[in-house]
Amino acid sequence: MSERYSAFSLARHALTGAPWPELWRKAEPRKGYDVVIVGGGGHGLATAYYLAANHGIRNVAVIERSVIGSGNVGRNTTLVRSNYQLDGNTQFFEFSLKLWEGLSHALNYNVMLSQRGQVVLAHGPGQLDALARKGNTMLLNGIEAELLDRAQLMRLLPYLDYSPRTRFPIYGGLLQRRAGTVRHDAVAWGYARAADRLGVDIIENCEVTGFTQDGGRVTGVRTTRGEIRAERTAISVAGHSSQVAALAGLRLPVESHLLQAFVTEPLKPLVDHVISFGAELFYISQSDRGGLVFGGHIDGFNNYTQRGQFPKVQTVAECAVALMPAISRLRVLRHWGGIQDMTPDGSPFIGRTPLDNLYLNAGWCYQGFKATPATGWCFAQTLAHGEEHPLIRPFSLDRFAHGDGLDEYGLGNWTWKQ
Amino acid sequence: MLIIHCPNCGERHYTEFRYGGDANRKRPAHGSGGLAEWHDHVFVFDNPKGAHREYWQHVLGCRDWLVLERDTATNTPGVVRLARDEVAQR
Ligand SMILES: Cc1cc2nc3c(=O)[nH]c(=O)nc-3n(C[C@H](O)[C@H](O)[C@H](O)COP(=O)(O)OP(=O)(O)OC[C@H]3O[C@@H](n4cnc5c(N)ncnc54)[C@H](O)[C@@H]3O)c2cc1C
Repeated sequence: MSERYSAFSLARHALTGAPWPELWRKAEPRKGYDVVIVGGGGHGLATAYYLAANHGIRNVAVIERSVIGSGNVGRNTTLVRSNYQLDGNTQFFEFSLKLWEGLSHALNYNVMLSQRGQVVLAHGPGQLDALARKGNTMLLNGIEAELLDRAQLMRLLPYLDYSPRTRFPIYGGLLQRRAGTVRHDAVAWGYARAADRLGVDIIENCEVTGFTQDGGRVTGVRTTRGEIRAERTAISVAGHSSQVAALAGLRLPVESHLLQAFVTEPLKPLVDHVISFGAELFYISQSDRGGLVFGGHIDGFNNYTQRGQFPKVQTVAECAVALMPAISRLRVLRHWGGIQDMTPDGSPFIGRTPLDNLYLNAGWCYQGFKATPATGWCFAQTLAHGEEHPLIRPFSLDRFAHGDGLDEYGLGNWTWKQ
Repeated sequence: MLIIHCPNCGERHYTEFRYGGDANRKRPAHGSGGLAEWHDHVFVFDNPKGAHREYWQHVLGCRDWLVLERDTATNTPGVVRLARDEVAQR
């Protein structure tokens, strides 16, 4: 088992040269568990950790078909923030940001939260009004927000294009100082290690291929390494939710879409905030290594290829240069894609399913990484008590049937209708 | 790059087209079906990993609606037909 990290353990290893133990055991599947979580991404691991830490449920397995960190938890652009407008989202994402703020201590693992602040830009007076309204919503919910005018932005972010000829003039922006970035791999490793220390089995290279059922009740999973019984089973497989839910006979309001991300060659420190363009979905930040990290929209048609289409590269590069002409000669170093669930309203589904003892966490679109701690916390409570945590009630699977869609941006899967 | 072979215009980049979603969906007849049926028609997706039949409109070309067969696991395009020919065959 991994040992507790401290100044003392660091000194001991430095002086004795003793090797550091592995972060989590290579667990073999046992016959049965109280809870089996399908999918070892950030969400699955966080859920396992909070089941053990908050509810004392330690007889838990996380089943991952590949290795920890190979899914979207290791592919995202690491932004965390809580500047949401709609009731339900605002409270949930603020709860998540608060958990991020204490996470390194809770996990005894440095997740490198960097609260560098995020600025959303407005390129017209109407857009600035909309941002003011969003800022007010945040303030009413006890979340800090600052509306900045053009002069303030010119001081704060002097490297943006403020010239009179620019296609999208900058009118102002909304700043959330507590927003920022988190090292995504550390989140996966930190939750895995902390869950393992509490007794959770993390089983890698084991694919769930079916569910065992007994008259409308799910009793466990079939895997490439045999059957595993479970009192409660949780699906948390990000871009493959439709695939895995179909194994239990469920169809979901989900389509799988490809999202690309990019990183440039390293630069000296330049972009010391997270900046979101207001004229198109585009955002940029600078990694600790110096590379500019940025991303945009999904490719626009459902697929599972994990390989992006070139026109999106072009759009994203155009946004980058429209915002910051100074980086036009910069070379892109790496570029990758991830498959994420897209839902009709862009919001997730967390909670019970029509099948007894089967729970679902799915439909995470662009905002799934920042939701990791809150999802884990609330989903664990839901699994422990058999009833949804109040913060996730707006994310119910049957909300469209009640006219309760939660559409924050109009960024769902129907790209051609937007 | 996904390249679609338009029966009217030939091989074109997918950016000339507007995506129109799953072509296997059939709208319940007006005045029929309960809430559950309509809900599923509008909001629920098969979302297969593999063969998919889907609509594309050639907005920057002939403006015809097409039905393309595409493998969603690889993006390999297959047979393309005019949507109106497909409908005529129903
Ligand atoms: C390019 C990109 C950029 C993004 N940027 C951001 C961002 O800046 N901020 C933000 O908040 N969000 C962002 N997201 C979204 C975020 O990354 C995801 O919503 C989130 O990581 C999903 O949850 P997860 O970590 O559990 O997913 P994953 O890490 O994908 O975990 C799901 C796991 O399930 C496993 N699995 C699948 N099928 C099976 C099976 N049958 N059996 C066993 N295991 C299975 C997979 O192998 C995978 O490891 C981004 C996503 C992408 C693709």
